[in-house]
Amino acid sequence: TYMPRPGDGAPRAVTLIPGDGIGPLVTGAVEQVMEAMHAPVYFEKYEVHGDMKKVPEEVIESVRKNKVCLKGGLVTPVGGGVSSLNVQLRKELDLYASLVNCFNLPGLPTRHENVDIVVIRENTEGEYSGLEHEVVPGVVESLKVITKFCSERIAKYAFEYSYLNNRKKVTAVHKANIMKLADGLFLESCREVATKYPGIKYNEIIVDNCCMQLVSKPEQFDVMVTPNLYGNLVANTAAGIAGGTGVMPGGNVGADHAVFEQGASAGNVGSEKIVEQKKANPVALLLSSAMMLRHLQFPSFADRLETAVKRVILEGNCRTKDLGGQSTTQEVVDAVIAALD
Amino acid sequence: DRCLSSAATTPITATLFPGDGIGPEIAESVKQVFKAAEVPIEWEEHYVGKEIDPRTQSFLTWESLESVRRNRVGLKGPMATPIGKGHRSLNLTLRKELNLYANVRPCYSLPGYKTKYDDVDLITIRENTEGEYSGLEHQVVRGVVESLKIITRQASLRVAEYAFHYAKAHGRKRVSAIHKANIMQKTDGLFLKCCREIAEKYPEITYEEVVIDNCCMMLVKNPSLFDVLVMPNLYGDIISDLCAGLIGGLGLTPSCNIGEGGIALAEAVHGSAPDIAGKNMANPTALLLSAVSMLHHLELHDKADQIQNAILTTISEGKHRTGDLGGTASTTDFTKAVCDHL
Ligand SMILES: Nc1ncnc2c1ncn2[C@@H]1O[C@H](COP(=O)(O)OP(=O)(O)OP(=O)(O)O)[C@@H](O)[C@H]1O
Ligand SMILES: Nc1ncnc2c1ncn2[C@@H]1O[C@H](COP(=O)(O)OP(=O)(O)OP(=O)(O)O)[C@@H](O)[C@H]1O
Ligand SMILES: [Mg+2]
Ligand SMILES: [Mg+2]
Repeated sequence: TYMPRPGDGAPRAVTLIPGDGIGPLVTGAVEQVMEAMHAPVYFEKYEVHGDMKKVPEEVIESVRKNKVCLKGGLVTPVGGGVSSLNVQLRKELDLYASLVNCFNLPGLPTRHENVDIVVIRENTEGEYSGLEHEVVPGVVESLKVITKFCSERIAKYAFEYSYLNNRKKVTAVHKANIMKLADGLFLESCREVATKYPGIKYNEIIVDNCCMQLVSKPEQFDVMVTPNLYGNLVANTAAGIAGGTGVMPGGNVGADHAVFEQGASAGNVGSEKIVEQKKANPVALLLSSAMMLRHLQFPSFADRLETAVKRVILEGNCRTKDLGGQSTTQEVVDAVIAALD
Repeated sequence: DRCLSSAATTPITATLFPGDGIGPEIAESVKQVFKAAEVPIEWEEHYVGKEIDPRTQSFLTWESLESVRRNRVGLKGPMATPIGKGHRSLNLTLRKELNLYANVRPCYSLPGYKTKYDDVDLITIRENTEGEYSGLEHQVVRGVVESLKIITRQASLRVAEYAFHYAKAHGRKRVSAIHKANIMQKTDGLFLKCCREIAEKYPEITYEEVVIDNCCMMLVKNPSLFDVLVMPNLYGDIISDLCAGLIGGLGLTPSCNIGEGGIALAEAVHGSAPDIAGKNMANPTALLLSAVSMLHHLELHDKADQIQNAILTTISEGKHRTGDLGGTASTTDFTKAVCDHL
């Protein structure tokens, strides 16, 4: 049993960003389920949209105060000279680790079985440094920045995560045969941290081979630690293998704050059709909010939510289109609420 | 310039690098199949040297490179770059000296060889000369390093042009440009801009843009969504290997490098497999299919189809599969079966 400290049952404030596209639908799903469970959280809701120049200061302040946030996707206009608000938020709050858990859900048939991969991705530097310029007309450069500081802290987080979750192996993903200095520094940091965790196996894999292995033998992977871009690709590949981005939970975490969102494709706001028909899959964000409840030290609420969601998937008669069904978001929400014990 | 219509009467000379490890065995297989199919090609064989040629700073000789430049078409087995300082990697030498700017990898499910993905039929085209592989890296201060990704208009236009040309020549309907321009707005943005410019010249071909993370997800959920994909260097490296995984691995995947002035150097993408070298165990499929791409490039489509069908029949029949595909056939058994099926 979980023995709380006196007062731990007091409701906690959580910043809520419904976001764009399917965001309001899936965050709405979480609100309803939390309410039905009488979960000890209440939301401070903020309107943020991807076409804003920057994340409003009051939103950042709210997350700083609450330490925990739940968000839907924010669109990033391609080539519009507007930088991604998803990235801004991570940088502003120094949410340096992104975590996505890609696993097979019982009852959901996929091409591969026994997938349970956690991708831990460096979130603040690398290819996402945003440092780009035109050298001469027709020639542009983009800087990938890798630092010892950031590599070390992500490696530490990956091993700490593995230790606390009883995971057995950490695989570092890289392209150090080509980017000898940059990815070399990343690997060096991982190796150093690995020596401090003799109980956890450590290995390394080149990113192209990694993607090939993922589509042939994904069951060989456990926890993966990666620089920014590779993590994005590996997580999406793993998510696709295990059942799609619509069901994979995840979040971003730093020393002081945590933002929970749909695991793979945080910027995924769905198609207009899904939004119109109100048929977005809320499963990923519901599972992310179970992660959030666990993070807030409400373990039994986390378990109840997760169990209910898994039960609905297993029963199989209430699924959205991405899982081969026809249900609306609301129908899934109702089924989850009915499945709560 | 070579007159292709007279190809049947005048043999075409092509350079052949058997390469290292299993290379000579699988190259032998190609030679036999070409002979049996009466392909009008004469091979000019070149081997990797034992010493560094100062003119190329590598174990590849100047004469070998000249041979490819002269013939404008070649086939290459795997080459293991000897470890040591003071020389360039063999693949890099070829790429730089011959200006091989596009790497083309057809990827399709082999009928009769079951994988978890049975509906793959796509082509990846990778920009091969710049991007993240510029080799420009430095330490800014202790513990902080930078690596430069370079995208140029010239290289992007050239690879995009090739992709659309390829799509048209092969009766393909759609070209997807793969990018991450929402994050790398200037570099990948330039790449996309170039693709769009070329797309306008090919109104009969549908053009779309797909963000690379989404592309990875779509590929593993439903690879049949894609037709021809064109992308910068690193994305191409990753996506082409992912696609190879979909159809059963590097032992089955052909590739062809396209260079300035119409040079085509076909190669298997797998390595030299020193563990099975000289044992008559290697699967020659990837090199054979690469040779098929080479024939298409030479517009010898009939011969190409004939050989490809023989390979596919042999594999789907299942009687003569090599060890990597779960069979017990030797390289020579497999080769003979292909010749019999021509
Ligand atoms: N600085 C560089 N600039 C351009 N190319 C490079 C550079 N360094 C290495 N290369 C070449 O880039 C290729 C990339 O290797 P990688 O394994 O990632 O890709 P690949 O397509 O699998 O190639 P290969 O099978 O020949 O190694 C290598 O062949 C290597 O020779
Ligand atoms: N054509 C083939 N037929 C059968 N098996 C193969 C073939 N190519 C590769 N293999 C197997 O796949 C494994 C990997 O081979 P490969 O040579 O590509 O690796 P490598 O160590 O990267 O080599 P290299 O250093 O030359 O790139 C080997 O163990 C080999 O047995
Ligand atoms: Mg590769
Ligand atoms: Mg390689």
